[in-house]
Amino acid sequence: MNAVNHMGFIIASYAAAVAVVGVLIVWVTLDYRAQRLRLADLEMRGVTRRSAPARSEPAIEQAKEKA
Amino acid sequence: MAIADLANPTRFLKFADRTIPWLGGLTVIVFAYGIDQAMLAPDDYQQGATVKIMFLHVPSAWLGMLGWGVMSVAALGTLVWRHPLADVAAKAAAPIGAAFTLLCLVTGSLWGRPEWGTYWVWDARLTSELVLLLLYLGVIALWRTVEDPSRAARAAAILTLVGAIDLPIIKFSVDWWNTLHQGASVFRIGGSTINSSILIPLFIMAAAFTLLFFTLHLAAMRNEILRRRVRTLRLMQASAVS
Repeated sequence: MNAVNHMGFIIASYAAAVAVVGVLIVWVTLDYRAQRLRLADLEMRGVTRRSAPARSEPAIEQAKEKA
Repeated sequence: MAIADLANPTRFLKFADRTIPWLGGLTVIVFAYGIDQAMLAPDDYQQGATVKIMFLHVPSAWLGMLGWGVMSVAALGTLVWRHPLADVAAKAAAPIGAAFTLLCLVTGSLWGRPEWGTYWVWDARLTSELVLLLLYLGVIALWRTVEDPSRAARAAAILTLVGAIDLPIIKFSVDWWNTLHQGASVFRIGGSTINSSILIPLFIMAAAFTLLFFTLHLAAMRNEILRRRVRTLRLMQASAVS
């Protein structure tokens, strides 16, 4: 079987894999950043869980930067 | 840390923060080795170079099924044991499993064209795999439709357990029906029919894909826990205002 004739199918398969895995990684990363930002924003406005330790302003800023 | 301790979301978040970078690093290393071995593997005597597609297609198919398997165990955790992280695990696994099932169908189609002369045929294996993708999309839609996560979890758990019937159908479809798709060639009674020069790279790629699955799953679970915290805080904020 001629490899050159079918190279397009092989390349398309690997490109599809890169695209699917890439989308998953970007989705997980962006979602993590978004949730951290929302949490930091709520904490900055004084909305905290009852079980969460009180956080200082610099700590909140640090969390926002990390997010 | 005992496994039971991970039932506590805060402890789980700490565990995830520590584990994800290591698991991600290991995934990259195993992928690099796996792709290297896959590219060095010889062409198949019948299929030629298109056998390289197998190193993506077969692990994707396994992980599509593994994803639903993880969701099924988590569904039992939701309905029977009422484990606090069970529905988090199920919800986080659904998009990842769906993505691998889609990749399996796409690579299978691209492999089918040069081998069978067609991108698609409604045979039992391909159809049952497509049903799995539709089941994934159904569960994802259900999660998005029901506002309350605990109610959504119970509904999704029931759908997941019903959908688990598709897993043995996918596995044994090539034995039960006369299909265009080839029969079992890796895990079968009497041993694999694939030569070790191709089988070993396949297993390395499968290990890499599995590591990727669990890295993404852990990260998605972490995101889901954070999302629920945001939801709880917003509800607290709304009730304080009203």
